[in-house]
Amino acid sequence: MRLRVAAALVGLALYLVVVPFVFRESRYLLGILTTASVLSLISLGVWLTFAIGRINIGQAAFALVGGYTTAILSVKLGVSFWLCLPASGLAAALVGAVIGWPILRLKGVYFAMITLTLSEAARLAALNGGTITQGATGILNIPLPGEVTFAGVVLVPAFRALNVHLAFYYLAAILLVLGLFTVTRIASCRLGWIFRSLRQDEALAASIGVNVAKYRVLAFALGCFFAGIAGAFFTVSQQSIYPSSFGVPDSVYFMLYCFLGGLSYVSGPVVGAFVLFLGFELLHGLREYQMLTYAAIMITMMLWLPNGLLSLRLPARPGMKADA
Amino acid sequence: MNYALIALGITLIFAIMGVLNFAHGQMYVLGGFVTYYVYGVFGLNYFVALAASAVTVACVGLVFERFLFRRVLRITTREESTMLLAAGTALLLDSLGLALFGEKQRGVAPVVAGVYEIFGAFVPASRALIFVLAGGLVGALLLFIQYTRPGRALRAIAQDKETAALQGVDIDRYSALGFALGAALAGLAGGLLVTVFAVNAGAGTPISIKAFIMIMIGGAGVVSGAILGAFVLGFSEALGYFFIPGSTTYLMILVGLIVFLIFRPQGIMGKPWG
Repeated sequence: MRLRVAAALVGLALYLVVVPFVFRESRYLLGILTTASVLSLISLGVWLTFAIGRINIGQAAFALVGGYTTAILSVKLGVSFWLCLPASGLAAALVGAVIGWPILRLKGVYFAMITLTLSEAARLAALNGGTITQGATGILNIPLPGEVTFAGVVLVPAFRALNVHLAFYYLAAILLVLGLFTVTRIASCRLGWIFRSLRQDEALAASIGVNVAKYRVLAFALGCFFAGIAGAFFTVSQQSIYPSSFGVPDSVYFMLYCFLGGLSYVSGPVVGAFVLFLGFELLHGLREYQMLTYAAIMITMMLWLPNGLLSLRLPARPGMKADA
Repeated sequence: MNYALIALGITLIFAIMGVLNFAHGQMYVLGGFVTYYVYGVFGLNYFVALAASAVTVACVGLVFERFLFRRVLRITTREESTMLLAAGTALLLDSLGLALFGEKQRGVAPVVAGVYEIFGAFVPASRALIFVLAGGLVGALLLFIQYTRPGRALRAIAQDKETAALQGVDIDRYSALGFALGAALAGLAGGLLVTVFAVNAGAGTPISIKAFIMIMIGGAGVVSGAILGAFVLGFSEALGYFFIPGSTTYLMILVGLIVFLIFRPQGIMGKPWG
């Protein structure tokens, strides 16, 4: 146990101190790592939905909700980014709860299919949102995060005044660490056991007194919250959002990250997102064959490691195994 | 009618293998491109091109089934893994299509010239031909499934795999057949529609989504449901575009679908599940 904590701390130090220090001038690398961090955050949301036994391919829809919330609040109403960020998460979670209530009754591939159409529906809704979402032109010129002062002390300086890439890297890293910590806590506390009981058999869970409808909506809304936060992050770091910012392929990617990382582990989606996204960028030199090679590698991985990358060496801890 | 072909293909694969074929739209696109090359570029007979489309895509399906899906179905503990694999193959075909065929929109000249006048509406002859062909193919497929020996085996597998195996049905062989057949249907649909709508390499995903919508309306894994779903989607699309042009139509269809599924999650013809 102590070894594990130490390893986690070393990883954290590497991630938060060493990497940003070494790469502080390399925009490209920092950008990739930032994106990978936020993609991991979204995939963690997918993992949460998987924890209750549903495959969510609608995560892009909620990222769009989050992104547009931030865009509209900050551009039209001039709200500070630091308020927009939680607001986006909440908006996505709210939409997720409202939509999730009815559609969570579906199971298996049916749920997967309906969430897939949800991704498409969100894109179309943004496209036809009239003056609110500004249709295909999207919302542009979204301001960078400003400074946060409390009682005269500058807690977070304005991003303009800093090395922007480094600032975003830190923001992404902190969000991811928080997200991972939250999910780890959830997985190991009572809530995690309830989710796993739902995953195994909902009828059985209901018979021992679990409020099935409530907990599955809770898990789904939490997952959507993550997507909303990440959507807000991308919107601000790219300073723009379009209806096509997140689409069906993105949703599929999030799911793939989750599965290829290893569903049985909380850190699976993070590992999956980092390895796959970095791998994709490494294949950059292949140009038009980049996608092709990438897809081939993915299929090979599915063939040889159907239980994810993490199944390679780590033995599953009893509390963490999703399908124990 | 063309939608029915797409929906039937995906239903067939779903019913027999329990695999939700994400790559269906990509197979459709592949079929379209084969027809484009054989008929449009090399100038061979249209029916030769159609057959070539069907055979090519069936081969692709066969290879996928033989080397990928069968292995994963055997070693995995989760049924979801096959869905993932299907998503992976969709990605592969998508990028393959892009690398091989480029990004251009490809169309071919209509197969037959001329216009028919039916009840005051003008219908181009090529469209009528496609309608008849698609209808014929759907009919042939239904007869095949209903009355032939392989068709009976396929139905048996769809109902209960273990029992079918106990009765001496060669599961591996017929699974391969079912997958190839489903893929061939996608290829045929692509070959037929390339004469009306042009294809491009990125068209796969929207088609897959349409296919999903159709089988959700009709009920997954039920042949009659697939046809019904195709008609419902086809008509609501046509009516929708007539009254409210633009992409709002699709939004309405999707919202309608979600509301519909709240009340009847198993689709129109689907069997309720536990």
